[in-house]
Amino acid sequence: MIPELGNFALILALLLALTQGTLPIIGAARGIPSWIALARPVVQGQFVFLAIAFGCLAYSFVNNDFSVMNVARNSNSELPIQYRIAASWGSHEGSLLLWVFMLSAWSVAVSVFSRHLPDEMVARVLGVMGLVSVGFILFLLVTSNPFDRLLPAALEGSDLNPLLQDPGMVIHPPMLYMGYVGFSVAFAFAIAALISGQMDAAWARWSRPWTTIAWVFLTIGIMLGSWWAYYELGWGGWWFWDPVENASFLPWLVGTALVHSLAVTEKRGSFKSWTVLLAICAFSLSLLGTFLVRSGVLTSVHAFATDPTRGVFILAFLVIVIGSSLLLFAWRAPKVGLGGKFDLVSRESMLLANNLLLMVAAGSVLLGTLYPLIMDSLDLGKISVGPPYFEAVFVPLMTPAIFLMGLGPLARWKQASLPELMLRLRWAFGVSVVTALLMPFVMGEWKPLVSFGLLLAFWIIATIFVSIRQRLHNSGQGGLFTKLARQSRSYYSMHLAHLGIAVFIIGVTLVNGYETEKDVRMEIGSTVTMGGYTFRFNGASPVSGPNYQAMRGDIDVLRNGEKIRVMQPEKRTYNASGMAMTEPAIDTGLLRDLYVALGEPLEDGAWVVRVYHKPFVDWIWFGCLLMAFGGILAVTDRRYRLKVHSKHVETTTVVAEGKRVASNAGLAAGGKKA
Amino acid sequence: MTRFLLPLAAFIVLVVFLAVGLGLKPREVPSPLIGKPAPIFQSQLLHEPGKMLASQDNLGKVWLLNVWASWCVSCREEHPLLVELARSGIVPIYGLNYKDKRDLALQWLNQYGDPYTVSVVDPEGRIGIDYGVYGVPETYVIDKNGVIRHKQIGPVTVESLEKKILPLIKELQG
Repeated sequence: MIPELGNFALILALLLALTQGTLPIIGAARGIPSWIALARPVVQGQFVFLAIAFGCLAYSFVNNDFSVMNVARNSNSELPIQYRIAASWGSHEGSLLLWVFMLSAWSVAVSVFSRHLPDEMVARVLGVMGLVSVGFILFLLVTSNPFDRLLPAALEGSDLNPLLQDPGMVIHPPMLYMGYVGFSVAFAFAIAALISGQMDAAWARWSRPWTTIAWVFLTIGIMLGSWWAYYELGWGGWWFWDPVENASFLPWLVGTALVHSLAVTEKRGSFKSWTVLLAICAFSLSLLGTFLVRSGVLTSVHAFATDPTRGVFILAFLVIVIGSSLLLFAWRAPKVGLGGKFDLVSRESMLLANNLLLMVAAGSVLLGTLYPLIMDSLDLGKISVGPPYFEAVFVPLMTPAIFLMGLGPLARWKQASLPELMLRLRWAFGVSVVTALLMPFVMGEWKPLVSFGLLLAFWIIATIFVSIRQRLHNSGQGGLFTKLARQSRSYYSMHLAHLGIAVFIIGVTLVNGYETEKDVRMEIGSTVTMGGYTFRFNGASPVSGPNYQAMRGDIDVLRNGEKIRVMQPEKRTYNASGMAMTEPAIDTGLLRDLYVALGEPLEDGAWVVRVYHKPFVDWIWFGCLLMAFGGILAVTDRRYRLKVHSKHVETTTVVAEGKRVASNAGLAAGGKKA
Repeated sequence: MTRFLLPLAAFIVLVVFLAVGLGLKPREVPSPLIGKPAPIFQSQLLHEPGKMLASQDNLGKVWLLNVWASWCVSCREEHPLLVELARSGIVPIYGLNYKDKRDLALQWLNQYGDPYTVSVVDPEGRIGIDYGVYGVPETYVIDKNGVIRHKQIGPVTVESLEKKILPLIKELQG
């Protein structure tokens, strides 16, 4: 009964999405106010029905309803409750339902936080999002219905993939999808702007916070995925250049370009058509990522059940959505105009150069991901592309980008002087070169690549210092703290995100340069020493978890003869699927991780044990967090809050008669100020 | 106007490739080598670099040649199945360690188990070219006369093992 309700709610949501995708857009074109006014309530109705559908699926998982195919395939009665809930989006069907559910959540957010936008604009934006929603709900209903029954019901489910039974995996897909789907807002704004021909600074200002939030979610999502791979795959790696990872990285690269390009469009009115193109690209790559993962054209460890009919459907959908957007772009963009002019040396040109570098990087990652497919289609041979290609291409492209990242924030808009910039940055450059040359000695061994990586990181940090110092110098009277407080949040947010890149580079450079690993046979009581730590193996004993059996190793970590920690890596075998999983034990630290994983058992209680010493590895994810915080800080900037504030003022005047309400609004406004 | 059409043109090219790619079904590409003698190779053993294995040594028995690498993520997916198959003793599995580094490969086997009778190394991918390796992993079924009878592109799955590979091996051994 419950799954049928879910199915019915999904069908109703489809009808509402159809309404949302047609009437408001037509209404906006013909000037029919009642059709325009339809947009918001329809969006909210669609959200309610999708929430019901999603709730029904989650209910079936929680109650182990194995008469639902999706549940029987991806869950098990022994599965702990939190993973049964997470299993709702662990399968192909469930994750797509999550996708549309999030799309509707974003649409509701747009409908709520867009009171200050012209109604026609909102109608167009929500209409475009409705059309996207139609495609995805149709896809669900036609090819991958999560509520399909399995009759007669299975007695027991075949369990969720053990790789996915992990807290990181519970929140990784929702975060990633929030990012993917979030770019649909920027996309919808861009399409709405193309339809209306109204593309000005105000348009950029509206799209900017939405794009930034989506980018923040995507950043966190990718970070969680990488962190998960690190501690769950038992391999110690944090990025594999796997097609599915690339599928999430591509929209991130383009999204990063978009965030910067929007800044130029808002502040200077330039790059208009370029910004629109980026917005279309970012969302297109999100869709393409879905296609690559779901259709089976590329093989990957992540590939879920693949099915050619699904592939055909998604490809058709891609052609309609991306093809028509690009056609619209080709038709309308030439009328947009170029916006403000700028010199060869200016902040605009540097941002444009960085944008291009990011796009070329995205292009080469895309090429590497699709290369085996392209070569095969052309009958030119069969080729596999691995991490060496990506590293060889990516690093040289990012090097000038990072150099420009230091220059850009110090350069003037419109026209900057190169000699003057060089003069202002000579100390920053000197300091970063010297530190980069010396730092590797502190780590114990000088390596050219490490020094180079550190140079990039220190360059960013040094230029941030120079920028803040000069900014303070130019901001009038007052003490240091008054001056610091005077700067806008968006200014700090930029530097925070850039600092995140520096921290990330430090992590990557140092862990690649100085990590040590040993793969040793350990008898009971034997020790191995690495990076100043001694590991003593006390044997492994059987333990049982809720849905698995495991051997748990017991390893003492000693420093200077003193025991500082016990590490307990596991080797698990899951009951239902019989899959073996390595569960490493990790001791996390600011300056290093100790990472221990069990290999194969040997005779007499001895085991093969892998031990890693990974200096600064957590800086990789900490850097990503800083970038994300930068993004969050940017959307809380005063000029966006001002709008919320002025809205409060409006409501206050309307209800000024009611004392209680007015004082509440006053409180809220006061809270905003604080 | 024309330069604004460029993104659309690029997208159309991409769609053509994706559409062709859908029809290709990478795991089911028929290899031109099926029914032909398996290319002869002679290469160093992974575990004992001093020793060599020549493919002709395997004449007279049915064997599997599994192409793998420590950098290959999908190999991890099929690996437990191979370990299980090796344990059952139905058919010997020979590994071709493709474009890999010896120490990484040995660590990988320690970590995930070693199903291979022996593994030979192919650091430059020369043997891989002879066999038309499309992507790692790949698995070849080779009969008593040294003829390739089946090629599995991508990871071996429970389904492909039970429906295709095991029946074929039974037939060839019979």
